[in-house]
Amino acid sequence: MVTDDVTIVFGGDAGQGIRSTGLGFIKAIARSGLFPFGRQDYRSRIRGGHNFFEVRVNTDQIYTHTEGIDLLVAITEDTITEHLDEVVEGGGIIYDEDFEIDESEVENRGVNLFPVPLSKIAMEEGGAKIMANTAAIGAVVGLTDFDISYPEEIIEENFALKGDAVVQNNLDVLRAGRDYVESHSYDFEYQLEPGSQKIGRMVINGNQAFAIGAVAAGCNFVSAYPMTPSTSILEWITKHSKELQIVTKQPESELAAINIAIGASHVGARALVTTSGGGFSLMVEALGLASMTETPLVIAEVQRPGPSTGLPTRTEQGDLLSVVRASQGEFPRIVLTPGTIEQAFEAGARSFNLAERYQLPVIVLSDQHLANSVRAVDGDRISMEDVEIDRGELLASDDLDGLDGTYYRHKFTDSGVSPRALPGHENAVYKTTGNEHDERGDITEDPEIRTKMVEKRMRKLETALDQDLRPPDLYGQAAAEVSLVSWGSTYGAAREAVDRLNDMQVSANCYHLSDSWPLRKEDFSDLFEKANKVVLVEGNGTGQMGGLITQETGFSVDQQILKYDGRPFTPEYIIERVQEVV
Amino acid sequence: MNGNVSISDYQYPTKPTWCPGCGDFAILQGLKMALVDLGLKPHQTIVLSGIGCGSKLPHYMNVNGFHSVHGRPVAVATGAKLANPDLNVVVTAGDGDSYGIGANHFLHACRRNIGITQIVENNRVYGLTKGQYSPTSYKGFVTKTSPEGSIEPPLDPLPTALVSGATFIARAFSGDVKHMAEVIGKAMEHTGYALVDVLQPCVTFNAGRSYDFYNERVYKLDEDYDPTDRQIAMKKAEEWGDKIPLGIIYKTERPTYEDQVPALNEGPIVEQSLDPVERSGVSFQEIKKSFF
Repeated sequence: MVTDDVTIVFGGDAGQGIRSTGLGFIKAIARSGLFPFGRQDYRSRIRGGHNFFEVRVNTDQIYTHTEGIDLLVAITEDTITEHLDEVVEGGGIIYDEDFEIDESEVENRGVNLFPVPLSKIAMEEGGAKIMANTAAIGAVVGLTDFDISYPEEIIEENFALKGDAVVQNNLDVLRAGRDYVESHSYDFEYQLEPGSQKIGRMVINGNQAFAIGAVAAGCNFVSAYPMTPSTSILEWITKHSKELQIVTKQPESELAAINIAIGASHVGARALVTTSGGGFSLMVEALGLASMTETPLVIAEVQRPGPSTGLPTRTEQGDLLSVVRASQGEFPRIVLTPGTIEQAFEAGARSFNLAERYQLPVIVLSDQHLANSVRAVDGDRISMEDVEIDRGELLASDDLDGLDGTYYRHKFTDSGVSPRALPGHENAVYKTTGNEHDERGDITEDPEIRTKMVEKRMRKLETALDQDLRPPDLYGQAAAEVSLVSWGSTYGAAREAVDRLNDMQVSANCYHLSDSWPLRKEDFSDLFEKANKVVLVEGNGTGQMGGLITQETGFSVDQQILKYDGRPFTPEYIIERVQEVV
Repeated sequence: MNGNVSISDYQYPTKPTWCPGCGDFAILQGLKMALVDLGLKPHQTIVLSGIGCGSKLPHYMNVNGFHSVHGRPVAVATGAKLANPDLNVVVTAGDGDSYGIGANHFLHACRRNIGITQIVENNRVYGLTKGQYSPTSYKGFVTKTSPEGSIEPPLDPLPTALVSGATFIARAFSGDVKHMAEVIGKAMEHTGYALVDVLQPCVTFNAGRSYDFYNERVYKLDEDYDPTDRQIAMKKAEEWGDKIPLGIIYKTERPTYEDQVPALNEGPIVEQSLDPVERSGVSFQEIKKSFF
C-alpha cells in the first residue's frame, strides 16, 4: 500500500547526531520529489537527555507536522518509552535488537516491532558506534522501499570533506541496514515512492530563510549576542561574512549589540540585531533611541517561552505585546510576523527596506518553531534575485553636493519621513539625540515643537500602512462559518486545520497576520462581518493578538484556542477545539 | 587656523547649559583645538555622548553628533567605527556613563582596540541629577545619596584600562586646556582605542575636587618619560594623592579591531554596494547552493 502521508520520528540522546540524521534524511526526501516537514525537539543541554527529530513526508507541499507517529526510529531505549503512546496502530518501531523492551505491550497496541542490530552493523561495517544512525536510515529505506540512491547521494556530499573512507564506511552501514531489513521480510504498509518534482527545491529552516532574505536585502552589518533560538541567524551570516563582505560582531552584551547596530546604521550600514525575548528585554531603551533618532534598524526576535529563562529550546508566541509596546514613551515601530519559511525569507528582505523607508525599528517576530522547522521550498520562492533594495529618502552624495543652507535631519514632512543624510558630507554636518529635538537635531523643550515631533514620528506608521503594510492573508474561501485568526508560526497548523475542517464539512478559513503592527481597522471588517465564529489561534496564555485587535479595531474574537506548553500547534489540536465551538 | 580649518569652523550657536566655571567648557575648547590642530574639518568627525552634563557637549560645537542614552556611547561609537572606519570617532561622556553604567563597554573597548577616542569628563559626581556619588567618587564623599559619606572606594580608571588592554591611556586636566588639547590630539592620532581621562572639577556639586585641589597636585610627565614601558606605566597609572601625573601614561601599538575584520578589507562597508552580488562577486546561486 502506498500512503500519501507518513510521520517518522528519530529519537536519541543529545550528542548522538539525531539532528544531522534527520536533516540528511529530509534532504534525501526532498530530492526524491516528496515533501518533508521536519521539526527538531531538543532540550537545553549539550549532552544527554532525550532529543527527537520529526519528519513528516507527504506527496504534496505541507506546512506543519501532525500528531501520531507512523514509524519510530529509536536510537535509545528511552525513545520508545517517551514516544510509544504516540505510535499509531499499524505503525512500527525500528530499534536496536539489544534493547530490552516489553514486546507484548507494544504488540498489544497494534504496533510492529522491527529489531535491527544497529550498533553491531555500525561497528562491523563502519567501525564506529555513532554510525548506528546511518544504519537506522538504511533500515527506514528497506522498510519503506525508498530509493537508496537518494540517501547515498546525501552521505557522499555530507561526508566528502571527511575523506573517502568515511564516505565508504557510511555507505556500507546504510546498505547493511537496508539489507538486514529486506532479508527479514519485515512488513510495513507505508512506502516512500519518489514524486515527480525532484529538483529545484531548497531544504531550509525559518532562521536560514530569514538570513538569506536579509543578505539579499543588502544587510551588511550584524551585531548580536547569542541567545537560543535566534543564534543560528548570527552563525549563518557570520559563516559567510568574509565572502559576502558583511561585518558581524558578537559583542559583550545585548545592550552593546543593539547600540553597536544603531551606530552602524546611523553612519549608513544596513544593520541587523538578532535575539530572543530575554535579550530583547535588555534592548528596550535602545529601541526607543533608534526610534527617537530615526535610525533604521532591523531586530529579529526569535521567541521562546518566558518569562526569565523560561523554556530555552521550546516555542511560544508570548512576546507580541512586548515588541509592540516595549518603550518608555510612545514611538513608532513595525512588527512583521512571518508564518512560513517563504514569509521568513520575505520578511528578511522587506524589513530592511521598511526600516530605511520609515527610519524606524522593524522587528521581525519569529519563534523556535519557525526558526528550526525545515521544509523543502521551491527554490524560485526564495528569490534573492528579485529583492529590490530601496533606501527610501536617503540623500546621495550628489544631492548633498547641491544642498544650499542648513541641513535639517528631522525636518517636518507630510509623510513624517525626513530626508536622511549620512554623517561625513561637508554640507550636512548634523547631530541627533535621544532628547526631544527640533528639526535640526538640537535639544528642545518647546511644547509646540515637542507636539509636532511626536506627531511627525507617529505619522510614519500611517504612511507605512498606506504604502507598504499588508492586510491579513486570507486562506480558504472568502466567507466561512469558522474563521481562524493566526499570526507567525501558527500558520501551518491553522492552514491544515482549515483544509481538514472543510473536508469534514465544517466551512472554515483562516486570516493570517504576517504584518502584525501597526494594524488597520478596515482590514478586519470582512473577517468580523462575514464569519459566524471568529476563533483566535495563538501560542500564548492570554490571547495577545486578540487583545491587540480589539484595542485597535473594536472587534472581538468569539473564541480563543491558546497553547502555552512550549510545544507548537498541530492541526488536530485546533480541529478538536473548533469542533467544541461549532 | 591650520590650513583651511580654524576654531570658528567648530563654533555652533547653541549656548552651553553648564554652570559658570564648569570643567566641561575647557573640554569643549580642548577638543575643538585638537581637531583644528589635526586639520580635521567638522564633517570628518562624529562625537558621540551619553547622558549627563558633559554628554551635551556635541550640541555645543559644529560637528556630527550622536547624543545617545546613558552608558551606551562607546557601543554606538563602536558600531559607527566598524561601519565607517574613515570617520574620526570620539566619545565624550562622564564618569557615570563611562565607568558606571557603561563600564562593561569601556573594558571591552580597551581589549578590542577599536579605533575610537574616549574622553571621560571625570568630575567624580552626578551633576545633571544634582549631586549624587559616582563610580569615581572618593570614599567618604558626602552627597544626597551618601549622607554618611560614600562607603565604596572609587574605581581607578587608568590601571583598569591598562589591565584591560588599552593601547593609549592618558590623563588631562580642565585647568590646562592647552595641554589637554595636545593630549586629545595625540589620542585621536593614535590608531586604536584611546582613553583620555579628564580631571574635571564640578564647581556646584563637588567642592572637594576643585581646581585648587587639582592645581596643588597635578604635574606633567617629563618629556623623557617612556610611555611604552608597561611596568612603569602601571606605577604612573596608579599614582594618586599628593602627586597626580598628567599626560600620556601608556602607549603601545597593536592592530586595531577594525583592521582585522575581513569584511572591511575593501574599505568601509558604507561605501560598498548594498547589492550582495555586486559587493562580493558571489552569485545568488552560490549563496543558496548548500540548501539544495
